[in-house]
Amino acid sequence: MAASADGGRRGFGKRLKALSRMAAVRLSAVFLLLFAVFALVLVVYVNATASNILLSQSRQAISDEIEDIDGIYQAAGIIGLVQTIAVRSRQPGASLYLLTDPLGRILAGNVQSLAAGVLDREGYISEPFFYQRFGEKDGGQIHRAVAQIEELPNGMHLLIGRDQGDEERFNALVKRTVIFALALMTAGALAAWLLVGRRALRRIDRMSEASARIMAGDLSERLPVTGAGDEFDRLSDNLNRLLARIALLQEGQRQVSDSIAHDLKTPLTRLRNRAEAALGDSPESTPQRAALEGMIGEADQMIRTFDALLMISRVEAGFHPAMMTRVDLGEIVADVAELYEPLAEEAGAKLVVGECEPVMSEVSRELLAQALSNLIDNALKYAQPAEGPTRITLSLARQDDHCQLSVVDNGAGIPEDKRERVLERFFRLDQSRSKPGSGLGLSLVQAIAQLHGGRVVLGDAGPGLRITLDLPIRGGTEAHERKRDEPAEDRRTHPS
Amino acid sequence: MVFAESKPDLASMRILIIEDDHEAAQYLVKALREAGHVADHAGDGDEGLFMATSRAYDVLVVDRMLPKKDGLSVVAALRGRSDTTPILILSALGQVDDRVTGLRAGGDDYLTKPFAFSELLARVEVLGRRRGGSDIETVYRVGDLELDRLSHEVRRGGKPIVLQPREFRLLEYLMKHAGQVVTRTMLLENVWDYHFDPQTNVIDVHISRLRSKIERDFDKPLLHTVRGSGYIMRTDD
Repeated sequence: MAASADGGRRGFGKRLKALSRMAAVRLSAVFLLLFAVFALVLVVYVNATASNILLSQSRQAISDEIEDIDGIYQAAGIIGLVQTIAVRSRQPGASLYLLTDPLGRILAGNVQSLAAGVLDREGYISEPFFYQRFGEKDGGQIHRAVAQIEELPNGMHLLIGRDQGDEERFNALVKRTVIFALALMTAGALAAWLLVGRRALRRIDRMSEASARIMAGDLSERLPVTGAGDEFDRLSDNLNRLLARIALLQEGQRQVSDSIAHDLKTPLTRLRNRAEAALGDSPESTPQRAALEGMIGEADQMIRTFDALLMISRVEAGFHPAMMTRVDLGEIVADVAELYEPLAEEAGAKLVVGECEPVMSEVSRELLAQALSNLIDNALKYAQPAEGPTRITLSLARQDDHCQLSVVDNGAGIPEDKRERVLERFFRLDQSRSKPGSGLGLSLVQAIAQLHGGRVVLGDAGPGLRITLDLPIRGGTEAHERKRDEPAEDRRTHPS
Repeated sequence: MVFAESKPDLASMRILIIEDDHEAAQYLVKALREAGHVADHAGDGDEGLFMATSRAYDVLVVDRMLPKKDGLSVVAALRGRSDTTPILILSALGQVDDRVTGLRAGGDDYLTKPFAFSELLARVEVLGRRRGGSDIETVYRVGDLELDRLSHEVRRGGKPIVLQPREFRLLEYLMKHAGQVVTRTMLLENVWDYHFDPQTNVIDVHISRLRSKIERDFDKPLLHTVRGSGYIMRTDD
């Protein structure tokens, strides 16, 4: 078929699988089935009607002949009857004739044997029975027939019947026709899927490729429009206009972010610097000094919240190729665990690295470390198990082309109905806001997961909270390979 | 254009600040002078490039967003002339990939606004004195503490001290910049090679662990905390 030309056997199988998943294909399969059922019902009806007609024709013929032979019997007696039957039996395409004496011995006719018990009945036998014609060899063909049996006044039995071979042949013909028609319909539907479906599928494939690139953050990409003006084009056209609008809004948002960064952070710097300068001039441990230090602390907190917000909107703005490098995620887990382990110990908690499968992927090392750091920080702040020390476990699992970075604690967990909400900006479980925190930590984690094409899953660790970053594994090119051996310091040294 | 007049002593550095925000620049100039350095100021990219090429500076502090010629172009122009003066890039765009593009353009360090002056001072001093070439030394010494970069051995007063690999790198960095203040952020960046902002101060705990290992059995402290800034490795005398 046409599809096998462009992709070999495996490609074809894959496309067929994809085709079978298409809504249009499923719809046509349903129609095919429906038509097949209708056709079958029709055929059965026609067949039954035809059989009835054939049967009633046989019956008519039989009763005509009975009448005819009865006339001969009346006129010529038993001799005439036997002669007539003997003559008619030998005619080509003859009906079935059988004349037996009261004991059942054959006197005349062309029937050699009959299904048992047929002769004991009288009148018209409408359900076909088996018989064998006279002169046929033993084990020869067994035919089906309908017949009428009359008992003559002298106790003899007369059977006149008609072979039902015509009906059987007709049935076989109908059966063959039905099979042929069904095969034709199936082949036609299959061809239609492959021709129409493949074209549609190709266009949908192109559209989904384009939208994947757009979802990865490239808002300048547009869906393909062929100019055919069909429903695909109309859909693409509308989506493209939607994209243009999103791009415009996002550009606006980015500009606002940048303006905030530049125009508000600069005066904030000045404020902080002035306080710091004043701090340098003021003598040790005076109330003024304490006030200035408090001011710097508050300013720092403000800056931090501000930075977190800006960071989230920057990360949400999409893909930044410059920061993506191919790294071993296990190394990031180990790094962050190593960084936080002493802090956890000081807080009376235990931070352990659980099972870590090797996963190489193209990620932002900085952002993933930031995400893990936020999660560990949250666990240290909020886990508080009912008894015993806080225990935080980091792990990394791999599943096909996805990996799961998990941070599990043994605290109280998060009620199921709040799990979605904690990912929102500024949402805090602690409504009194008595504990330190900006309510932005998890939002940033969420934004980071989304930037990598993944998501954040909050679950129950029974007892405790399990937060998992479910990320797709992306291959990287050699050019992006990070040189891990070089110490950080040396990378930034210029030859002098 | 203002050229500062002063007689630089040995520890003093000549620093050029290219920054369009006049008030912030004046504050930096004043604070750097108070710290014992010589600081000049240029208000836009063209002027900054002109000044940087007409005089020898120990460190350039360049804002990313500048009128006439943006900061990265200034850096690229200087690097294009094989000028290797250490450059600290300042930016309000301290997010995600800005640092990478800044460092790729030829910057040596990157600092996000707003920053504490102590952070800038520590970075400028480390950048400026980096040219001393302490990378060549294989053994760092501070007082009676010795760190051998090749054999990875640490001794104090001849007694060996066992350190974890990360503790070794932490001590190595501190000793390499002995006599200079290093901030927590600088430690996270240079010892751990991460630039994110931990919500809690994770570095302090690592320092106190290291400190207990190198100072527990000795009288003289070597690793000092500088309030509001960071840490410094030095002998008291």
